[in-house]
Amino acid sequence: MKNVLLIDFGSTYTKLTAVDVEAEVILGTAASFTTVETDINDGLSAAMAELKSEIGEISFDATYACSSAAGGLRMVTSGLVPELTGEAARLASLGAGAKVVGVYAFMLTEDDVEAIRGEKPDILLLVGGTDGGNTDCILHNARMIAEMKPDFPIIVAGNRNAKSECMRLLSGLEAYACPNVMPKFGTLDIDPTQKQIREIFLNRIIKAKGLSRATELLSDIMMPTPSAVLKAMELLAKGTKTEDGIGDLVAVDVGGATTDVYSIADGMPEQMNTVYKGLPEPYSKRTVEGDIGMRYSIDGIVAAAGVDTLSKISGLSEERVAELVEAVKADKERVPDGEDELERLDFALAASAVREAVRRHAGTIAETYTMMGLTYVQEGKNLTRVKRIVVTGGSLIHSSRAEEIAAYARFSPADPTSLRPKEASVLVDKRYIMAAMGLLSTYYPDVALRIMKKELYNGATE
Amino acid sequence: MQAYRMEFIMEEKRKKVLVIGVIGADVHAVGNKILYHAFTQAGFEVVNLGVMVSQEEYIAAAIESDADAIVVSSLYGQGELDCRGMREKCDEAGLAGIPLVVGGNIVIGKQRFEDVEKRFRAMGFDRAFPPGTAPETTIEALRELLHMDEK
Ligand code: B12
Repeated sequence: MKNVLLIDFGSTYTKLTAVDVEAEVILGTAASFTTVETDINDGLSAAMAELKSEIGEISFDATYACSSAAGGLRMVTSGLVPELTGEAARLASLGAGAKVVGVYAFMLTEDDVEAIRGEKPDILLLVGGTDGGNTDCILHNARMIAEMKPDFPIIVAGNRNAKSECMRLLSGLEAYACPNVMPKFGTLDIDPTQKQIREIFLNRIIKAKGLSRATELLSDIMMPTPSAVLKAMELLAKGTKTEDGIGDLVAVDVGGATTDVYSIADGMPEQMNTVYKGLPEPYSKRTVEGDIGMRYSIDGIVAAAGVDTLSKISGLSEERVAELVEAVKADKERVPDGEDELERLDFALAASAVREAVRRHAGTIAETYTMMGLTYVQEGKNLTRVKRIVVTGGSLIHSSRAEEIAAYARFSPADPTSLRPKEASVLVDKRYIMAAMGLLSTYYPDVALRIMKKELYNGATE
Repeated sequence: MQAYRMEFIMEEKRKKVLVIGVIGADVHAVGNKILYHAFTQAGFEVVNLGVMVSQEEYIAAAIESDADAIVVSSLYGQGELDCRGMREKCDEAGLAGIPLVVGGNIVIGKQRFEDVEKRFRAMGFDRAFPPGTAPETTIEALRELLHMDEK
């Protein structure tokens, strides 16, 4: 028997997953409510007590943790052209598990600098220009940032020809230089920057967010929770040398305030007559929709779907939908609890959240007629061939209709330009273990993979 | 010797950057590939956007790469329509004065090229080239336009 404890310090819950890595089983899971006011260690001991009441007295050979506590890893990005280096910086930050609280393009203004100060980021990612390309913008921005004398670290990952000068301008501040996120037009190089983000997270943010006392009992690794989830998804899709993965996948996590979407797939055009446009996207891609969530961001769902659609999906009248939406907005803690109408509304909200968030994450295809017939222009990832949709996150996995909700991630003939999975089966992360398995995979990839496969296929529709 | 070295270093430091591509819904890919190789061979740094390129894409790529010129190809006859407003967009995007050149089969049918060129110049293009312009001629024109042979 070799027991490992995996901790996820969340913003509302501290979640524990106990694993026997020799038997390759989950011994138990537990969660305890934590608030901004409660000490993170209180949440941990409460969850531990619950775990022990479930599985009995237990000792652990190792303890690993991830965290999204205290607002997660807040990042601001500053790039040149929004669709190019601006987008590269955003993708890099999201993929590193950050919560992107501000995105800036072109030259920063004094107002921008004030806004950044207000956003209180944990890290600012400064990029702009391909190698040998534009230097004016990033130098101007470095100067503006230097003048604001920030107390947060800055990562410089723009045009290499401006790197030394940027670092000089930022001297005296905590600044790190990384290779350009977009060294050439259409080429992304975001791994080194993501590694740097994680390092800063480890060294600085853990301490700042009151986790240092908890870290004393940890053996190793602290990473942002979304980055642990992305790691798990990647492993699940790709597999290891000795154990097969399940292939390309799309994953959705609808929360109270935001909706995360992950895709592990290449997504490049299938056909010869399709031209790819825009920035190529990473194989492991994460997006976060800040305006799509079940409670705090309910307005975004209503705006995207429309009351009429919510009424159709839920079977409630439009008036009733509007009333109930107001009711849960007034009382954000309110959950269905067997209440039929609210259950139906929540189903419609979750389904619409999934549809909208996956639509924004997936690529699009447009037809152009030429005299030799049809030609297609693809932007973003083509996910039509993806065969698996993974559902995770509290508000989906506890629904009795999780699979029906996830079906809204699929391709729809009514929306043929959106390249979502055409024939994908749904897997539900019933025990909410993805972040834990991402952590475990650092030391026990095969074990983590086999446990995930076991857990996800248990009761899944194949 | 010293002068030669200086020039060599300058040259090493920064090649002239060209953004190239075939504009609009045009899929003629062969000439674009030939130009990419010819320009690269001639010592340019080339950002090749391929076929079916929108005005916005040329501009975005030119900003990031700090391009010295944008070279537009149009083969299928819609060039005049596709190129309209490009100069104004460049001005708007902070690329005021960037050389814009166009070539290929930029208009339909047999028209007097002088007239065609006049219309493209009025649209803000620095140069427009007739059908069948060889890569060597194009390179020479670019070197001249970018003052590359002046000391
Ligand atoms: C092959 C071809 C096709 C193929 C293209 C395949 C592909 N993906 O590349 C297909 C069948 C798809 C095709 C389709 C069409 N084509 Co076509 N096609 C040709 C053809 C026979 C050869 C083109 C080629 O590859 N040439 C070889 C390369 C090396 O030359 P190039 O492209 O001209 O490029 C050189 C120069 O133009 C110059 N150059 C290019 N850009 C620039 C820029 C500058 C600044 C400068 C200085 C020079 C320069 O340098 C290049 C390298 O040497 C030409 C006829 C011809 N002989 O040129 C017609 C031709 C270009 N097509 C034509 C037409 C009309 C079409 C269609 C609209 C309809 C049709 N008839 O099928 C469609 C349009 C499709 C679309 N949406 O783009 C016409 C255009 C008429 C016009 N502009 O007045 C042509 C001229 C045929 C004709 N005589 O009618 N076509």
